[in-house]
Amino acid sequence: MAFFNIFNIAGSGMSAESVRLNTVASNLANADSVSSNAATAYKARYPVFQAVQASLMSAGAGTDPTTQADAAVQVRDIVQSTAAGTARYEPGNPLADGNGYVYSSNVNVVEQMADMISASRSYQNDAQVLETSKSLMLDTLKLAQG
Amino acid sequence: MPLNLNAYLGIEPDALQVYAKRAEVLAANLANADTPGYVARDIDFRAALAAAGSQAGGLQQATTSADDLTAASPTGESVSTEQFLKYRVPLAPSLDGNTVDSQMEEGKFAQNTVRFQAALTFLENRFSELTTAIVGQ
Repeated sequence: MAFFNIFNIAGSGMSAESVRLNTVASNLANADSVSSNAATAYKARYPVFQAVQASLMSAGAGTDPTTQADAAVQVRDIVQSTAAGTARYEPGNPLADGNGYVYSSNVNVVEQMADMISASRSYQNDAQVLETSKSLMLDTLKLAQG
Repeated sequence: MPLNLNAYLGIEPDALQVYAKRAEVLAANLANADTPGYVARDIDFRAALAAAGSQAGGLQQATTSADDLTAASPTGESVSTEQFLKYRVPLAPSLDGNTVDSQMEEGKFAQNTVRFQAALTFLENRFSELTTAIVGQ
């Protein structure tokens, strides 16, 4: 039944977008974190989304995902940004290294805010799809009863 | 006079199945709105419905058996729509290869929903006609 699959699909979308919101929250919270060397400075995290066949998420069925209609989404991996962070001269900072530098995170706050809005909109879309499908299913159940 | 219920209900049950399948495809597009490399798809509705209708034997009246319920042809229990899946031509493809336009998909989904509800209403009317005929008042 197609509508049951929609619950899987939209649910997977909401779950993936909430992972994305989580990474945004983590990145924004650590935007001002500093470290005493460049290697341990906080790196921005990003989820990598991948399409996956929804019927594989439930039992049975194993056909080619490229020909199937029911493409759900999953978080394949969380990757760290490779952009360089900035080194600041703060000799008074307790985390400063021998030369008086602290190394800040490579989080771009503006980019994170845009990402947050995008994730939130996509989440709302998925929630709307779920709501609509639910009411269609209930309408179908009530067919010829009134 | 034997009544073939499937023929009486007409194309609407098949249409409902195709609408439901299309809702699934559009939901998949929306769920993958941020997936790199995902290509948006849609169902060739005309072809899918025509195939579903021909599977169910169209609108012909079948009066082969005294037992109407067993004589009724199965109304496309599993309308296969996989071969009617088409790729959407993107209006503004993005650099990551994703061709989903969320706003457009939302619009199509809303349209599909209204059509689904319309088909349900037609079916509802069919059933109430039957009830009127049976009760007779």
